[in-house]
Amino acid sequence: MADGVKITGIPTMEELKATPGLVSDQRFEKSAVAVIECVQEIPCNPCEKACPFGAIIVGSPITNLPVIDEDKCTGCGLCLAQCPGLAIFRVEKNYTDSTSMVEFPFEYYPLPEEGETVPCGGRDGQYITDGKVLKIKKTKQMDGTTLVSVEVPKQYFMDVRTICRKGGSK
Amino acid sequence: MRKVQAVIVGGGPAGLAASIEIAKAGGKVVVIDENGKPGGQLFKQIHKFFGSREHRAGVRGYDIGTQLLKETEELGVEVILDAPVYGLFRDPAGIMVSYMKDGREQAIIGEKVILATGAAENALVFPGSTLPGVMGAGCAQTMINVNRVLPGQKVIMVGSGNVGLIVSYQLMQAGAEVLALVEAAPSIGGYGVHAGKIRRAGTPIYVGHTIKRVLGKTQVEKVELVALDEKFQEIPGTEKMLEADTVCIAVGLTPLTELAWLAGCEFTFIPLLGGHIPIHNEDMETTVPGLYVAGDIAGAEEASTAMEEGRLSGIAAAEALKLYTAEDAKTLKAEVWDRMNALRTGPFGQKRYDAKEQLLATAKGGK
Ligand SMILES: Cc1cc2nc3c(=O)[nH]c(=O)nc-3n(C[C@H](O)[C@H](O)[C@H](O)COP(=O)(O)OP(=O)(O)OC[C@H]3O[C@@H](n4cnc5c(N)ncnc54)[C@H](O)[C@@H]3O)c2cc1C
Ligand code: SF4
Ligand code: SF4
Repeated sequence: MADGVKITGIPTMEELKATPGLVSDQRFEKSAVAVIECVQEIPCNPCEKACPFGAIIVGSPITNLPVIDEDKCTGCGLCLAQCPGLAIFRVEKNYTDSTSMVEFPFEYYPLPEEGETVPCGGRDGQYITDGKVLKIKKTKQMDGTTLVSVEVPKQYFMDVRTICRKGGSK
Repeated sequence: MRKVQAVIVGGGPAGLAASIEIAKAGGKVVVIDENGKPGGQLFKQIHKFFGSREHRAGVRGYDIGTQLLKETEELGVEVILDAPVYGLFRDPAGIMVSYMKDGREQAIIGEKVILATGAAENALVFPGSTLPGVMGAGCAQTMINVNRVLPGQKVIMVGSGNVGLIVSYQLMQAGAEVLALVEAAPSIGGYGVHAGKIRRAGTPIYVGHTIKRVLGKTQVEKVELVALDEKFQEIPGTEKMLEADTVCIAVGLTPLTELAWLAGCEFTFIPLLGGHIPIHNEDMETTVPGLYVAGDIAGAEEASTAMEEGRLSGIAAAEALKLYTAEDAKTLKAEVWDRMNALRTGPFGQKRYDAKEQLLATAKGGK
């Protein structure tokens, strides 16, 4: 079966690694960081302005892929809710010795509760593992987009990208 | 008969942007729209928009609409609502625009007229396509985001362009299930990031598939999908039956060009832009002097490009009305072109850029 973002709607690990939106393995070890999963040259750049540290550059033309500067990114997470593609995630690989933190935008109701254990899914929405909801962020500035962060077993830090939607088909 | 400097037909992003430019230049401009509220497509777009920051990317569609409306109000643009335009007639003083208002036929002359009527959704025919529950994706979007009614619980979406992807996402946000998104072509047409959203929600995307038939007594009950080979022929034995109550069709848009035909505009046929497009030059002026087009009618693209084309036509009309000197207009138009060309780059925009270039070449060759 052919795969890749044009066929399945999901970027493969190779496609992700080939983009300038993914930081190095060493950077993941250090602290929380943004993961930009935007692999096609589309006319879009709100992420660039969203970052108060200048860690994301799109430049000109506007169809350039967003480039992350792993040294400048503080992992603050401010860019997540500003991306209309919901394509930016915040990942802290070494949240604890055995777990990672993954934060993602979530624009559905009902929302989970902090502290709740929820089924977490991958880029295809399918169940991967259970995770604990760490935080639900909702501010006026985020304009209706909610951010949910979950704690999951460390081996899934590059796999978990959502919680399985309640009332969803799966 | 009443006469103004400019009449704009259609109050979507293109029409409103055009009116703002003419009013800014000091012109008297009237916008006529058939709806009860101006804004066109924008008020059903609840998602954060793409485009550049200058195009208010990251802002939700309806907020962009509200902002445009505020600007038109501040500038004193007159907007006539609930008024379908049905005719355009050449007049020694300009172009006469006929419309219905309060059940009465009315007319107004614009020295310059800009058509910004947008586009209509294409239909798709298959056995069962007339059953209640089969509808355009834009129709479903209006139901959920404007009228707050869920068209159904279990939806099959046809078409993987941005409209199909975005409306699928919004249907799920509204509480429906999208069981599958079906695309006849071998790859997804819209942006990967939009596709990614619905994949994360668990919706499968079947490329190289179509709807074979829809079954049901009085409404959609079952939908049969089938795989297609590279020649778009059905592959026997690949059928699968899904239980669903709604089928949404998002297979492209066709520019609403009736008024341009009536006015006697020359046309060219460009499938990528939606079919028959009124030939227009760099100022968005058609082959009928004083008649301009902007937005989806000039080739179905996006709200960001529609607004830029609206501005361009507005500046050009203002220049033709002698509200701007040729020099000022040149600077203003160049700014618009820079932004517009930037929007038409990349693997998605380049094709539209090429198609638009072809259109401009036709305009030049035709003269
Ligand atoms: C689901 C969906 C998602 C989209 N998402 C995006 C996005 O994220 N970013 C983006 O840039 N674009 C997006 N678009 C595209 C964008 O909405 C359109 O390209 C844009 O609205 C076109 O603007 P327009 O002014 O040409 O036409 P419209 O917005 O369609 O406005 C035309 C107006 O003219 C009126 N009219 C038509 N005929 C007549 C007549 N005879 N008499 C009187 N009035 C008439 C209509 O009622 C309407 O109000 C999306 C579109 C859809 C359907
Ligand atoms: S996480 Fe914060 S610092 Fe890092 S790119 Fe996003 S906004 Fe910038
Ligand atoms: S805002 Fe999001 S979708 Fe747009 S370029 Fe940045 S990462 Fe990509």
